[in-house]
Amino acid sequence: MDQTRRNVLKAGGSAGLLALLATAGMLRSEAALAADWNQNAFGAKNLKDAFDALGAANRTQSADIAMVAPEIAENGAVVPIGAVSKIPGTESIAILIAKNPTALAASFDIPAGTDPSVSTRVKLAQTSDVHILVKANGKFYETKKEVKVTIGGCGG
Amino acid sequence: MNRREFLHVIGMAAACGLPLAQFSGRAHAQNAAQFYDLPRYGNVHLLHFTDCHAQLRPIWFREPNVNLGVADMAGRPPHLVGEALLRRFGVKPRTAEAYALTYLDFEHAARTYGKVGGFAHLATLVKQLKAGRPGALLLDGGDTWQGSATALWTQGQDMVDACKLLGVDVMTGHWEFTLGAERVRQVVENDFKGKIDFVAQNIKTADFGDPVFPPYVIKAINGVPVAIVGQAFPYTPIANPRYMVPEWNFGIQEETLQKAVDAARAQGAQAVILLSHNGMDVDLKLATRVRGIDAILGGHTHDGMPAPAIVNNAGGKTLVTNAGSNGKFLGVLDLDVKGGKLADFRYRLLPVFSRLLPADPGMQSLIDKVRAPYAARLGEKLALTEGLLYRRGNFNGTFDQLILEGLMAEKDAPIAFSPGFCWGTSLLPGEPILMEHLMDQTAITYPYTSVTGMTGETIKIILEDVADNLFNPDPYYQQGGDMVRVGGLSYTCDPNARAGGRISAMSIRGKPLEAGKTYKVAGWAPVAEAAKTAGGEPIWDLMARHLRGRKVVKPLQLELPRLKGMQGNAGIA
Repeated sequence: MDQTRRNVLKAGGSAGLLALLATAGMLRSEAALAADWNQNAFGAKNLKDAFDALGAANRTQSADIAMVAPEIAENGAVVPIGAVSKIPGTESIAILIAKNPTALAASFDIPAGTDPSVSTRVKLAQTSDVHILVKANGKFYETKKEVKVTIGGCGG
Repeated sequence: MNRREFLHVIGMAAACGLPLAQFSGRAHAQNAAQFYDLPRYGNVHLLHFTDCHAQLRPIWFREPNVNLGVADMAGRPPHLVGEALLRRFGVKPRTAEAYALTYLDFEHAARTYGKVGGFAHLATLVKQLKAGRPGALLLDGGDTWQGSATALWTQGQDMVDACKLLGVDVMTGHWEFTLGAERVRQVVENDFKGKIDFVAQNIKTADFGDPVFPPYVIKAINGVPVAIVGQAFPYTPIANPRYMVPEWNFGIQEETLQKAVDAARAQGAQAVILLSHNGMDVDLKLATRVRGIDAILGGHTHDGMPAPAIVNNAGGKTLVTNAGSNGKFLGVLDLDVKGGKLADFRYRLLPVFSRLLPADPGMQSLIDKVRAPYAARLGEKLALTEGLLYRRGNFNGTFDQLILEGLMAEKDAPIAFSPGFCWGTSLLPGEPILMEHLMDQTAITYPYTSVTGMTGETIKIILEDVADNLFNPDPYYQQGGDMVRVGGLSYTCDPNARAGGRISAMSIRGKPLEAGKTYKVAGWAPVAEAAKTAGGEPIWDLMARHLRGRKVVKPLQLELPRLKGMQGNAGIA
């Protein structure tokens, strides 16, 4: 039961690992991040505006996007969302929360030759559809799933 | 498993009959041998109990007369009650089996056939079945370390010891986690070490997603490698306090489960069993989507189902069972595994009748020893009940009605909420209400009572939220459990409506509830961590005081919502 990465990190000290990740290019500097920031999309107050700002007004529903998301969030403040695209030529993957005050939660650029698989934690203000938007060869593809945020209690 | 074989299984459920005389007098080994004579079939044998809720001694347990199924589940097992359930499974009314499976004529049937369950009686049954089924494994579906005074006061140690003595081989969990992650670890790493495998592929660390428990275990039964995969209750941190298991994620993770099944097969497993605490509706959906599972032995929703459902999926067929609660039943699954795969099966859900099964002396002595230090406290007589007391049912039960009345009276609140727990034993008219019985309804690690000012709007949001956990058309969005019990407030419920639109016509003492007005609401069992330090009186202290003052509890009138759109639903009688 103790062979978890948490314990390995505790044992090994985490500073060394972070340095390793940075060296390997897995952590980018702030300057690099700022250059790609799409203020219009991240500032959009609703789902439609966010899609428009991403240039994704026209989208095709796709079964080739696998979304990993809970049906019911254990904690609406940190909901693990993942996406894997099997669409050839995937250039970017974005996560949008329909009912959040700002719909676009994350956008990942996928450099050529990279496995198009991402995961992160997002905050859900309330029960909402979560959309995954994939850009591949200049076209947009989408899948969605409802994630419930509940008061809890009363079970079992 | 074709249709003919399925009918054969149903027929078997009706086959066991026994003269009434056997239920009077002392339990006798001969009666047990006759009633429980179950010919061995095949080469792989699995015995399964689930949701016993720490009931070490025989108890009464009235099955629900409201267990509504909505959307695709309307009119389908397990959402059948009373006569509809008996008809569906070919069980004769007014028999011992009908008593075990339904609420029908409960008081009379209870006095005729006696108490059910009890670990000493279960132990006798397990021994008898194991004697005729060499290599049989005993599987515990969880909700074992919670539900009684002694389990709470010993932090589940009484049940841990009883399960070891009973010979449990593999276990998964739910309410176990409300003892806290550290306590679970402690038991698994010490008491269970080398004896009981605790499996759960859907529990991972919240930081890196690493597995916390082994996903499955492979055991050879008569030379056949069999994998038992664990599925813990997916919504533990939502239905119960998150702070008990702050570093663990749960959930329904089809991909993780598929990987575990595939890995077990690759490792040589010729049969794969999912020991599940999902609840039956979730299991029925899961069985359509995950390949390679031969049988899901399920629990959580406390459905005593006499025959398995057979579900088609891309990989073949999967059996789905549910084995009731409170120690009432033992499921027996015999598999014939030939040439590396499942050829055929037999399943029986055996009621544990304490009047037929003599108590196993070793288990009885353990139970007596566990209870001895607490005898005076357990045995305190609080009041006498003139009516039948029970909890189970979608909307309310008489024991919950009593708790609601106690909360409103003791907290001087016009409205009370009580959680829709499915556990809690029954009491017959004329019986004393002992402290032990009160604890059977309330023994949890977050028993705090409170009075909260809530607006009418908040009250509606809460009722809608819980109703959606019960009646969402997609089982993956349900949590199991029943509707929150509501005292002082009447409402209409339309289970078929969409989320947010099921609750209407809310009124308090004949006046409509006002959205903007604040009302005093009494309640207990808060899941928020802040409640732990708020100093709320435990519900059992409040109710013990209420009962001592009340002395006699007259038959209670249930407060129930008006239902819309449920005419003809086989889940209500």
